[in-house]
Amino acid sequence: MDFLRPGSWEEALAAKAEHPTAVPIAGGTDVMVEINFDHRRPEYLLDLNRIGDLYAWEVGEDSVRLGASVPYTKIMEHLRAELPGLALASHTVASPQIRNRGGVGGNLGTASPAGDAHPALLAAGAEVEAESVRGSRRIPIDDFYTGVKRNALAADELIRAVHIKKADGPQQFSKVGTRNAMVIAVCAFGLALHPSSRTVRTGIGSAAPTPVRARTAEEFLNAALEEGGFWDNGKIITPSVAKEFAQLCAAACNPIDDVRGTADYRRHAVGIMARRTLTWTWESYRGTAAHTEGVA
Amino acid sequence: MRVNFTVNGRPQEADDVWEGESLLYVLRERLGLPGAKNACEQGECGSCTVRLDGVPVCSCLVAAGQVEGREVVTVEGLAEYARQRDAGCRSGSCGTSLDEAQRWAAHGTDSQTGEGTQLSPVQQAFIDAGAVQCGFCTPGLLVAADEMLERNPTPTDEDIREALSGNLCRCTGYETIMNAVRLAAARQSEAV
Ligand SMILES: Cc1cc2nc3c(=O)[nH]c(=O)nc-3n(C[C@H](O)[C@H](O)[C@H](O)COP(=O)(O)OP(=O)(O)OC[C@H]3O[C@@H](n4cnc5c(N)ncnc54)[C@H](O)[C@@H]3O)c2cc1C
Ligand code: FES
Ligand code: FES
Repeated sequence: MDFLRPGSWEEALAAKAEHPTAVPIAGGTDVMVEINFDHRRPEYLLDLNRIGDLYAWEVGEDSVRLGASVPYTKIMEHLRAELPGLALASHTVASPQIRNRGGVGGNLGTASPAGDAHPALLAAGAEVEAESVRGSRRIPIDDFYTGVKRNALAADELIRAVHIKKADGPQQFSKVGTRNAMVIAVCAFGLALHPSSRTVRTGIGSAAPTPVRARTAEEFLNAALEEGGFWDNGKIITPSVAKEFAQLCAAACNPIDDVRGTADYRRHAVGIMARRTLTWTWESYRGTAAHTEGVA
Repeated sequence: MRVNFTVNGRPQEADDVWEGESLLYVLRERLGLPGAKNACEQGECGSCTVRLDGVPVCSCLVAAGQVEGREVVTVEGLAEYARQRDAGCRSGSCGTSLDEAQRWAAHGTDSQTGEGTQLSPVQQAFIDAGAVQCGFCTPGLLVAADEMLERNPTPTDEDIREALSGNLCRCTGYETIMNAVRLAAARQSEAV
């Protein structure tokens, strides 16, 4: 095994081009488990810890450019206002020690259907900035997950940053597991209200071969909210609408039975989380709307 | 490969390190510092917790090559680390040598009370509160608890549980550990 230690982003890209089989290592919280248990014996490890740029974030007008290696702890501490869904999801990852090392770049690299960042990214709307010596491209998050633990990166590409839409409304993240800390999701659900475009986006984790959005459910809810004038009148969402939304979210799942839960349980739980997160976010939207009216 | 890094305030060099080796292995097997424990090697138990550039991490999940040029504090250096934090280190003679660290033990003249040895406040509190049974989880808990008290001198029970949520203990049922951390926090605030 060789340990490659690029000191800059350019050096890292050159190393990855020269050794496409090299395994990047950021926080190491996925990679080292595989090496410790002999599940993986890469020819090259490509250490990304020396590249400061990957640990920085920038808050722009509409989006946050989140360096690939920014640890979850920093997201929780510094980006709660801009990225509430991702901050909530980050808080549910493992333990403080893991959150101090692991980040979204590694979560995307592993692309596990159970990765907690994915539902939040899908719901908020995001693009993955991938780069190689051949050039840079932005991969829409909807096209990023290509199969079980597979992603759209080419062999010579590295993730430099993730561009995530800043929240323009309430966001929620919910996760089912056996306890609060240190738990891989049985299934997870992210929901974001986007009042500026009057749309709702979702993300489902651990209930299909890849993280997915519940598109039919989103379309149904967008139409129902529009029709009922809900965005303007701020009324409570009709229970029948919430119920239908929940059912459509459950229907968007394509889960399996495994040690953590059965397919039926996952479908059921996703429906419950969909209804709850919708209620929570809508309550908070109504609260803010009322507040703004009061002030104006 | 060779790895140069700072351990407990002193520069160290580890040789013949395998590229896939963890920081935990380097500390225990190459530098002879068995304080950080190896229980799961997969980030689940926290018994291998050390501070890397000040931040608590599972040393079993840090690749040895990643610590080149960086600073690690292990439980063997915790007492000195805490002392410096209180006193401030100006002389440059701070830190714990490898030799001292290897010989470090909570024995002193009385291992039951910790008398006669240098302990950090959190270590003393663990002894006084009876928070140590088999002791396998203790080093990781001490490092994690000490870091929390540094950041948050007046933690709520919720804060303590959160900060220690990555450290498993199979013996105590956690109540005495909670007591120990509360005790350390209380003593710390009295001292100020
Ligand atoms: C005890 C434990 C509990 C966990 N619990 C959770 C949990 O609750 N939720 C959850 O989502 N995850 C969990 N994980 C998994 C892991 O912590 C996350 O997936 C984390 O986000 C990985 O980030 P990392 O920086 O440590 O990745 P690494 O291990 O460094 O890398 C992961 C993968 O991504 C690739 N990679 C890393 N950076 C880049 C880059 N810039 N460009 C291209 N590829 C890259 C690597 O080659 C590797 O394939 C847990 C892990 C452990 C050990
Ligand atoms: S040995 Fe590292 S967390 Fe268990
Ligand atoms: S005292 Fe035995 S594991 Fe904690």
